[in-house]
Amino acid sequence: MARIELNNIAKSYGSVEVLRDVNLTIEDGEFIVLVGPSGCGKSTLLRMIAGLEPITGGEFQVDGRRMNEVPPRDRDMAMVFQSYALYPHMDVARNMGFSLEIRKAQKEERSRKIADAARTLGLSSLTERLPRALSGGQRQRVAMGRAIVRDPSAFLFDEPLSNLDAALRVEMRLEIARLHQRLNATMIYVTHDQVEALTLADRIVVLNAGDIQQVGTPLDLYERPSNKFVAQFIGSPTMNILGIDQAENGVKLKDGTLLKVGSEQERRRAHELGVRPEHLDVVAEDAAHMKGVAELVEHLGSDTNIHANVPGVGPVLVRQHGHYPLRAGEAVNIAVDLEKSHLFGVEGQRL
Amino acid sequence: MNALRQTSPWAVAGKYLALALYVAFALFPLYWLAKIAVTPDKLIFSEGTALVPSRFTFENFQTVLLQTDFVAYFRNSLIVSLGTAAITTMIAAAAGYAFSRFDFRGKRLIIALMLITQMFPLLMIIAPIYKIVATLGLLNSLTSLIIVYTAFNIPFATFLMQSFFDGIPKDLEEAGMIDGCTRFEALRKIVLPLTLPGLGATLGFIFTAAWSELLFALMLINSNDAMTFPVGLLTFVSKFSVDWGQMMAAGVLALVPSCLFFIFIQRYLVQGLTTGAVKG
Repeated sequence: MARIELNNIAKSYGSVEVLRDVNLTIEDGEFIVLVGPSGCGKSTLLRMIAGLEPITGGEFQVDGRRMNEVPPRDRDMAMVFQSYALYPHMDVARNMGFSLEIRKAQKEERSRKIADAARTLGLSSLTERLPRALSGGQRQRVAMGRAIVRDPSAFLFDEPLSNLDAALRVEMRLEIARLHQRLNATMIYVTHDQVEALTLADRIVVLNAGDIQQVGTPLDLYERPSNKFVAQFIGSPTMNILGIDQAENGVKLKDGTLLKVGSEQERRRAHELGVRPEHLDVVAEDAAHMKGVAELVEHLGSDTNIHANVPGVGPVLVRQHGHYPLRAGEAVNIAVDLEKSHLFGVEGQRL
Repeated sequence: MNALRQTSPWAVAGKYLALALYVAFALFPLYWLAKIAVTPDKLIFSEGTALVPSRFTFENFQTVLLQTDFVAYFRNSLIVSLGTAAITTMIAAAAGYAFSRFDFRGKRLIIALMLITQMFPLLMIIAPIYKIVATLGLLNSLTSLIIVYTAFNIPFATFLMQSFFDGIPKDLEEAGMIDGCTRFEALRKIVLPLTLPGLGATLGFIFTAAWSELLFALMLINSNDAMTFPVGLLTFVSKFSVDWGQMMAAGVLALVPSCLFFIFIQRYLVQGLTTGAVKG
């Protein structure tokens, strides 16, 4: 159990800065997901917490104690690697119990803990196998087992599911969620997959190019993204960003349509309008804000994604719940849910 | 892929024929070595080029083992080769690990220097080496050979070991360090067992190289006590004649340790020890 604090953490390789001024407090038992596009520094941050990467600026504390210089073995954190990093010359049981072996734990205690973890993860029948004789999913479980056995103060996950196929990924995601409920341990999880982030996290940290963009609960990020980057990164399909002009009592889309959104103060700085595909609706002609042509219609069963082209405005993606009988080439009339649209300033900040 | 495309039996036959020719070509010298060794002296010249001699004898082996200094040469060679292989591999493994895992100042320079040392013909540096060894008072000692062979084999062995270390994912050591190992423990308990094939290959390579080295041994060793095997072979060449039978018998015997050594290490040479470490 641990409360983790990052104060002004920075990382640079020579003159190249990869992380700047990262401030974050992770409460005991919290599930934090670090998310961002590749190269944003999320894995580096996790490796700094693990002790695998030196911290070049700021202070890293666990339960109030400075940990910057503490070697990984004394940080009491377990890590699950993207590549699993199983020891190929050791069988499953020894892989899982290796940390106890190093710490010279009693043999009985060791085998009891291994057996417990193996049972939890459904690996009981495989304990004598070598990693090479396991499937990808099983290897993933062994990697998790190795972490569980240690009963660490924090779990670190570095994109643990990205090497699994889609179905297995969903299954393992649930398993990690269950694990967190059961152990109630502090967990820090790195991913580039926003679905994993939204489903697992108590709080999500969105990183881009070495800066924290926003920290918040999944719903926070979805409903109140602090800027255009977060707005477009969270939510699937991606939010529509439409160019606007300022007008008397609203904003004008590029085709001249007036939309009554925002306060006067907000509108004065408004540069773009963001609206999620699910907050656009296909309506009758007289209720429409935009009139366009459906260029591509994706029928997903649960939803229908309509890629429309609106003259003057550009491409717009509309998501309709359930099956919507529309074919490519047909006209489509779109209404904007003004309550749920966002105004962004010139620098991308949300107004 | 293409079920309709069948391999023609002629192509198969041709392939095997080519392989057979190659094997025959490669093994013929060895066969000839063994053949001469078991041919009685009198028949060597009279039967000349016959593939199989009309009579066999083990007299040559008997003479070599009992009446020459062969056993001493053999022992000297063994000491030199094993010593060189062990020391070189140890140093090369340490250096290779450093090159593979750490970034340090002068790394590129050292690599460049090591490459340059490999570019000179040995003949060019024999005289200076002789001078150095003589000044140190190490002429006619096996130690001098071990030092010189080690020095010359370290660059190549280091590159070899580095490539083996490069093949072991860094994640494994990091996982070990998170699991509670120091870097050295991670090296010993995780990396080392996985590097055994690499160590085996390097040992084998250096052993063979030292076992058959002639040039330096010839220059640095004059006394009969310290002669290694390749130099000893030359004693079968006298001013007026060459004792072919005995020379070949000694040659056959010289193959034995090399073969034994490779049989011993071949199980470490089996590849694929790291499969299963990372995603499959």
